[in-house]
Amino acid sequence: MEGDLAHIGAGLAAIGSGAAAIGVGNVAGNYLAGALRNPSAAASQTATLFIGIAFAEALGIFSFLVALLLMFAV
Amino acid sequence: MATEAHGAEEGGLVFHPMDQFIPKPLFGGGEIGMFTITNVTLWMALSVVAVIALMVMGTRKRATIPGRTQSIAEMAYGFVYKMVEDVAGKDAIAFFPYVMTLFMFIVFANFLGLLPMSFSTTSHFAVTLVLAMAVFLTVTIIGFVKNGFGFLGLFWVASAPLALRPILAIIELISYFVRPVSHSIRLAGNVMAGHAVIKVFAGFAAIAVISPVSVVAITAMYGLEVLVAFIQAYVFTILTCVYLKDALHPSH
Repeated sequence: MEGDLAHIGAGLAAIGSGAAAIGVGNVAGNYLAGALRNPSAAASQTATLFIGIAFAEALGIFSFLVALLLMFAV
Repeated sequence: MATEAHGAEEGGLVFHPMDQFIPKPLFGGGEIGMFTITNVTLWMALSVVAVIALMVMGTRKRATIPGRTQSIAEMAYGFVYKMVEDVAGKDAIAFFPYVMTLFMFIVFANFLGLLPMSFSTTSHFAVTLVLAMAVFLTVTIIGFVKNGFGFLGLFWVASAPLALRPILAIIELISYFVRPVSHSIRLAGNVMAGHAVIKVFAGFAAIAVISPVSVVAITAMYGLEVLVAFIQAYVFTILTCVYLKDALHPSH
């Protein structure tokens, strides 16, 4: 029974990756919108883009980690 | 993490997608101790050898018109140099060798992990956490050596209203100490998730009806993984540069 609940919890934790997808899409989409308005400034901001994506994605990876812990450690 | 092999009775897959991450001793069986040479050790050593082969052997001739190997070595050097200069500032160039080492090692570990039948060392939290803790300790020590107690100004946001500052200081302090965790989990999680997805699709290939779909999916995922392998190394390095900048110029 406990294992079954852990599996349900792991499935629920996978929702977090969808949320991270929204976050990463937001960052990339806004970058593209800005870059098309002012293409000359776009190249200097790619580093910022990747930092933003990395921070948004890290939280999705945390939920993946929670799922892993529930599957293998509980 | 999974310590023993899962049998076929668990789930419908032929093999468990996480089995690929189990470290195995290279010589003989038995327990894995502190100094046992495992496949993790082998593939980390191979990535170090590959970095040396590219950077030392590739630039040995120092030709005015560079060959293919030398061009790639020079491109990698210029890429990381520009990144350190742009993100961390001119005075962070002193730490360029460290950042370059990190970048080359992670890039090669990621790419070697993508070879079929190889072992992706960067999918292990133990490996990435050591790298991230080294960055964290380096940055903290540099911060205190360069700025003295002024480094604590990183946590005291001078531009915020006075009443808010203690609360912000607590938040900044927590986010500072979470850095090595998120820094390492980002790399290991991305690499591990990608490899696990490829293995899940490979498991589906055993079912005859959907095997063409799964082969196409594996190819597409592999292409994505090649991209992710580079981008994650880039992100790890650029975050190191951001932390370095914080250590050198702690005022907000």
